Amino acid sequence: MNGLRRLFKFAPFMAVFLFLAGCGERRLTALDPMGPQSQWIYDNMILSLYVMAIVIIVVFVLFFIVVVRFRHKEGDNEYPEQVHGSTKLEVAWTVIPLFLLAILAVPTVTGQFYLSNTGLEAQEAENEEEVDEEELDAESAEELGDDVMKITATGHQFWWQFDYDFGDDSFTAGNEVYVPVDTKVAFVLEAEDVMHSFWVPALAGKVDNIPGIENYMWLEASEPGVYKGKCAELCGPSHALMDFRLIALEQDEFDEWATAMQEEEEAPTESLANEGREIFEEQSCLNCHAVDGDGGAMGPSLANFGDRETIANYLDVTDENLKAWIQDPQSLKQGNEMPAYPDLSDEELDALVAYLNQLEKLDPETKEGLERD
Amino acid sequence: MVREATNTLQKSVLWDWLTTVDHKKLAVLYLISGTLFFLKAGLMAVFMRIQLMFPMNDFLSGQTFNEFITMHGTIMLFLAATPLLFAFMNYIVPLQIGARDVAFPFVNALGFWLFFFGGLLVSLSWFFGGAPDAGWTSYVPLASRDYGGLGIDFYVLGLQVSGIGTLVSGINFIVTIINMRAPGMTMMRMPLFCWTTLVTSILIVFAFTPLAAGLALLMLDRMFDGMFFIPGEGGNVVIWQHIFWIFGHPEVYILVLPAFGMISEIIPTFSKKRLFGYTAMVFATLIIGFLGFMVWMHHMFTVGIGPIANSVFAIATMIIGIPTGIKIFNWLFTMWGGKLTFNTAMLCASSFVPTFVLGGVTGVMLAMAPVDHLYHDTYFVVAHFHYIILGGIVLGLIGATFYWYPKMFGHKLNETLGKIMFWMFYVGFHLTFFVQHILGLIGMPRRVYTYLEDQGMDTMNMISTIGAFVMSAAIILLVINIVYSAMKSPREGGDPWDGRTLEWATPTPVPEYNFAQTPQVRSLDPLFYEKIHGDGTMKPAEPIGDIHMPNGSIYPFTISLGLFIAGFGFIMLNMENAIISPWIVIAVGGIITFGSMALHSVKEDHGYHISKETVEQMEKEVGTNG
Repeated sequence: MNGLRRLFKFAPFMAVFLFLAGCGERRLTALDPMGPQSQWIYDNMILSLYVMAIVIIVVFVLFFIVVVRFRHKEGDNEYPEQVHGSTKLEVAWTVIPLFLLAILAVPTVTGQFYLSNTGLEAQEAENEEEVDEEELDAESAEELGDDVMKITATGHQFWWQFDYDFGDDSFTAGNEVYVPVDTKVAFVLEAEDVMHSFWVPALAGKVDNIPGIENYMWLEASEPGVYKGKCAELCGPSHALMDFRLIALEQDEFDEWATAMQEEEEAPTESLANEGREIFEEQSCLNCHAVDGDGGAMGPSLANFGDRETIANYLDVTDENLKAWIQDPQSLKQGNEMPAYPDLSDEELDALVAYLNQLEKLDPETKEGLERD
Repeated sequence: MVREATNTLQKSVLWDWLTTVDHKKLAVLYLISGTLFFLKAGLMAVFMRIQLMFPMNDFLSGQTFNEFITMHGTIMLFLAATPLLFAFMNYIVPLQIGARDVAFPFVNALGFWLFFFGGLLVSLSWFFGGAPDAGWTSYVPLASRDYGGLGIDFYVLGLQVSGIGTLVSGINFIVTIINMRAPGMTMMRMPLFCWTTLVTSILIVFAFTPLAAGLALLMLDRMFDGMFFIPGEGGNVVIWQHIFWIFGHPEVYILVLPAFGMISEIIPTFSKKRLFGYTAMVFATLIIGFLGFMVWMHHMFTVGIGPIANSVFAIATMIIGIPTGIKIFNWLFTMWGGKLTFNTAMLCASSFVPTFVLGGVTGVMLAMAPVDHLYHDTYFVVAHFHYIILGGIVLGLIGATFYWYPKMFGHKLNETLGKIMFWMFYVGFHLTFFVQHILGLIGMPRRVYTYLEDQGMDTMNMISTIGAFVMSAAIILLVINIVYSAMKSPREGGDPWDGRTLEWATPTPVPEYNFAQTPQVRSLDPLFYEKIHGDGTMKPAEPIGDIHMPNGSIYPFTISLGLFIAGFGFIMLNMENAIISPWIVIAVGGIITFGSMALHSVKEDHGYHISKETVEQMEKEVGTNG
């Protein structure tokens, strides 16, 4: 409970903020930051609250004195003294706020550079240097090998695509993004159709996904677990349901997962699931949904569908929900692109669900150990 | 062509209102239409709050909800707040500067009818496949032809028409204030409401032009296969955001500055003191107006413009806090040492000060660009700008309504009902919006039609909705008050509040020529000066004589009607099966508009004179009545 301990430092706001910290969902609320960036944002929000509290207190005290002391009394028809103003006072309330703002201006500028520093640019510059100077010693070459991890997050109406760039071993995940814990991860943000905005409140500030433009941000999770992310830019009727999950794993667990994601999909051993695989191909699901490196990208990759925390970014993972979704996605998520499959028989649906559920990439133990708050 | 004043009763009442160029009647038209739009958009807000009352509620669908947020924002800013402010600017500014009317009465009427028909065009969208649904900002590509429905076309054309109306009205106010002041009314003796009107009008001229350009580009994109905002074709979607906010940020000041002006009139009157630091207030207004154009990018901190640009705009934004702070402290010190009367107008005006400070401090917090990556597009922002708009502009408007009502309609609004209304509104307002700050911080994005359970958002959303109900009840009470007071309240004379400025020197009801003799102004707060140093009446600056008045005209109405029809024709271009060719509709509209303009240009109209005898007669009647 690092976040709570930090709260105790700010005694005057404690009462308010204990209440605040209590009323948000852990790993969603920005009031319980769980990474260095969100911690920085939180600390500076508190700083600005302190500075602004000075203003609020001064104004409110003055206001209540005025309201209590200077009331018109019955029968008093004299005009009060007609004061023109006071240069001294005017200077005072021009200069003092200037100092208060200066306190906030410094972290504003430094912070903006801190947030914008994804490490990608430095890496690129170094890579170029490497080409120029071939006599690089082994040590710095090793440093270069310690790359910033890069994930491209692309917003679609209304789902997320995450492309992992490991050189030749690249792969794609849909709606759920896995990152190693305690590691700075750079995100390249793009959009396929309209604008979206990538936001994991407990870990980092948001940056917009804009069609035709590449944006950059970074985040780092200090604790393993499942974090909630949201689309923060109005993107159509189901904007509110365009949530996603960020899952932070220990480095070795993450490596294991990444290796599993690069493997080709294999026919399941179970017969029902195998039937489902055939239906998946017959119905041309593969045109839109990849299950490994191959397959379309019109819809989210289903390579690790069995590990999903939600169906369609918000529904609980149950067979009923999955069937309802396949039969009529529009009624569950207005305006999404997936066609309905109302003609599938119950048996076919059962097979399809069995197939999809066994598309797992996460080690069962890891999955069990994932903290969900 | 000069003719004697004809008996207006010969014409029908309707014709009289359609053709009027009198700034006072146009103000009433603005007031009525603005109020209707306000009620409509307010009702939408209540529906949205009902939808958000419970998690995963299905009162409204996502699509309908998006149409509601868009129309709520668009109507409130363009079609409710602007005309309501224009109503008071129209009625009060000519009186406060001692003028007989605005500089261009015809343009004034044109401005109103353009706004009215533009608003009507936007509202028509409900009957043709749904309202615009891309938010009041209509960000592309959601608003471009591939993703946005027909509603966006109504948004584009309707706002274009009503925007021209706002623009010409702005020009009119500038010319009026610069040129039409009574003798002795120097710039630095003008009431602060006139100053804020002047600065607002200048902002309108510089802000509504980029909006018109942006809307024209979007129209070309949507109707004539333009590619300005189509990323795949070499267009750039961020350009729209720049254009929109170069308009959109000054728009905030366009709305809030007149409210500042209203507060600066009400507080001195009911404190019985002159405004503290008048000169500082004037310069603070000018600086806010100027800086208002330097900060648009703080709406786009998360767009990825880069850390240097973000830092520059962040600091520019913070600096706006300083002139605003100057205003806050000057209001406080106007009340300090005064003799305060807390009627409804003063309750609104004085409570404006702490409320606006709460909206202001969150503004400074939002200005911290890196921290804004947290606040941006969440309910924190929603809370912030409602504190500014409701706690600032609407409180100012309600205060101004209670303050100037006796001048406009001859009787006061009921004080008991008014005070109950104020407290309900005030409590409801804080209940609705305070919790929204926290909702934003715990991860609720704005413009979401629903939210999932177990995210800790249920209780606060419920509180917010309850607050919205209380606030609605307050507004209903205000409407009841208006009807009740019209029947029960006693008639008032010209100066019911012991006023300080020139509008209180006119008799009530104000004669169509305002001042029988243009007054000679000797000081700031001219009427108060005469009460102390003179006999309490304004000294005339001219002998009584014939008064030259403009004739009414139907052309403002027909010009606007033509643009309305033509605008609808352009929208028909995107309709799938229009009944008749859109080009015919566009042509008909064009002929009406340009024909009216041509007729107006060709027809000689020198106005008419009210003879000296009639003026004397009318003044005598007012004297016996008042």
